[in-house]
Amino acid sequence: MAEVLDKIPTIQRISEIHRDNLSKISDGIPAWINNLRRPALEALKRMGIPGFRTENYKYTDLTRLFENENFRRSFKPDVFDVNLSEVFNCDVPEFDTHLILVANGWYDETGNQHKSYPKGVIIKSMRKAMVENSELIEKYYGKLADAEADPLTALNTAFAQDGVFIYIPDNVHVTKPLQLINILRSEDDLYVTQRNLVIAGRNSQAKIMFCDHTLMPQQFINNNLTEFEIGEDAVIDIYSIQNQHNKTANLTGLYIRQQRGSQLVTNAISLHGGIIRNNLKVMLDGDHASARICGLALSDKNQHVDNFTFIEHLKPNCQSNQLYKNILDDSSTGGFTGRIHVAPHAVKTQAYQRNNNVLLTNAARMSTKPQLVIDNDDVKCSHGATVGRINDEALFYLQARGINEKEARLMLMFAFAHEVLAEVKVEKLRDVIDRLVNKRLRGEVSKCHSCALECIR
Amino acid sequence: MLVIKDLYAKVEGKDILKGINLTVNAGEVHAIMGPNGSGKSTLANVLAGHTNFEVTHGTVTFNGKDLFEMSADVRAKEGLFLSFQYPVEIPGVSMVNFLKTAVNEHRKYHNQKELSAGDFLKLMREKKAMVQIDSQLTNRSVNEGFSGGEKKKNEIFQMAMLEPKLAILDETDSGLDIDALRIVSNGVNMLKNKDNATILVTHYQRLLDYIVPDFVHVLYEGRIVKSAGKELAFELEEKGYDWIKKELGE
Repeated sequence: MAEVLDKIPTIQRISEIHRDNLSKISDGIPAWINNLRRPALEALKRMGIPGFRTENYKYTDLTRLFENENFRRSFKPDVFDVNLSEVFNCDVPEFDTHLILVANGWYDETGNQHKSYPKGVIIKSMRKAMVENSELIEKYYGKLADAEADPLTALNTAFAQDGVFIYIPDNVHVTKPLQLINILRSEDDLYVTQRNLVIAGRNSQAKIMFCDHTLMPQQFINNNLTEFEIGEDAVIDIYSIQNQHNKTANLTGLYIRQQRGSQLVTNAISLHGGIIRNNLKVMLDGDHASARICGLALSDKNQHVDNFTFIEHLKPNCQSNQLYKNILDDSSTGGFTGRIHVAPHAVKTQAYQRNNNVLLTNAARMSTKPQLVIDNDDVKCSHGATVGRINDEALFYLQARGINEKEARLMLMFAFAHEVLAEVKVEKLRDVIDRLVNKRLRGEVSKCHSCALECIR
Repeated sequence: MLVIKDLYAKVEGKDILKGINLTVNAGEVHAIMGPNGSGKSTLANVLAGHTNFEVTHGTVTFNGKDLFEMSADVRAKEGLFLSFQYPVEIPGVSMVNFLKTAVNEHRKYHNQKELSAGDFLKLMREKKAMVQIDSQLTNRSVNEGFSGGEKKKNEIFQMAMLEPKLAILDETDSGLDIDALRIVSNGVNMLKNKDNATILVTHYQRLLDYIVPDFVHVLYEGRIVKSAGKELAFELEEKGYDWIKKELGE
């Protein structure tokens, strides 16, 4: 029996969605931003949906995902029958944050009402900022994430409507962490585009958490892109906790530029998700800037987690230090690509990279690849990657002291993971993440202590 | 306490133990000596339950129970303790967390209430003082960056914490300077009582100056070829193992 499938090529279908909804997509957004859409779509057509043949996506084939989706797009904010700020109640004891709610890519105006932030700090919907803060937007929007260079950036640029805009003025220290909660909630399968911009002024300090959650068992694709400008001598920590269900594809881009003397920490903790692809680009664009870049991914079943980092040393005397770890169970798969480029004049650069992985089964697979391009000879660079198993001798040692095999394995996995968690400098947050990771390794639902969110696994 | 009957075992397909018979009673100290490769460490590991070693024949009962019916952790909880020849470094697992888990696993197994954090720390302080372990060591990851001597002291400290019925000390004297050897031996002697037993696996007679055995056995090519009192150790020290080989007609 032959079945004829009338399949429209993916790119064509996406173009048609774009064409048919262009007036909705462009509504309320300045013309110059709308004018970026068509060239971005053309760039996407040229590059194609990322697949094994796309150089930077060797480990993550998204062609099938996009081929098989015909998800709803929310070109307008969804109206919910509940107040999300009530549904989401992250009241981890003594962990006090400024909550910022985003639902299906849209800044949640209702849930974010009556929020007060430190003096001068602006946190608002991206689309509002496009109009109300046009000077800042014009200076920074689309400047770090290049639609011509990456298909997911192109896709995001073509469809971007909303997200979060954060502005921290010079010399302002935001002591409470900013906690940006991305919630996916829909009765039908949903494709979400989110676009954020964060500007941290000179000598400012802030800790920003991105928490990605799903509230419904439907399938989701989330194309979430953040551009992040870090001013001179600013101290910024970015934590990302990815805790979605296994029918979610979380495709993120984080594009950061650091000015002179700034210090950055990023830490991406991937707990759950069907396909997770994290693109991270850090441009060290001023003397003596430093970046500590970490990631931990725990995967099982058929999950896939791929971290792609690109650290660009553009100025002298900068330091970058990467540590990524994966623990892979069942038939899950993972990828890590760590690209470092040291520019010709970026002398006295120190750039380090390490990727360690543990495979718990024979079916789990990990691909890892360092890519170092060094264009001057006054640098210190190193990279290392390992793929291994739980150390049998350590396991026996623990068992020989009366600890049963299951518990002993957990202790060793947790110990392996902990090196990344130890990089979380906020003690309360580290405790929260410690607990989440511990629960995740034990196969329990890894939701925060008293959070009302039921993350469906 | 421990009854080994006609024990055969192999590792990676090679026969190492070829018919061991040994009985250890409460209150006794046994020394097992022998040249390199005679199977001393294999015997220790087989008793502790290491899965790399395959038992092909024979029985071992521990306090009347079949040892081979128990996994390594159950053997430990039944009171068997192996002091490792090469204690493993386990980065990321803190000494405190490791010992607390181990102690409470033992307590749960014996239907005792788990220790509170305070009681546990108190117990740890007591035992640290008893075996003279540097108090800083317990703030670190298990054996990580410990010197050879510190690792061996740490083994004795764990033994003090777990109070086993039968302690098997595998080459505990190797790599120890004279001070560390004295501390380790003192610890073992202090923990000794009429209800527990010790098996010292050692290459040299040196350790036996500090811990006096009731019985000395010579293990050679996978079998115990000679057993006697402590005087046998002196004889071995004086004449070496060739004398035994000659006696065996080799």
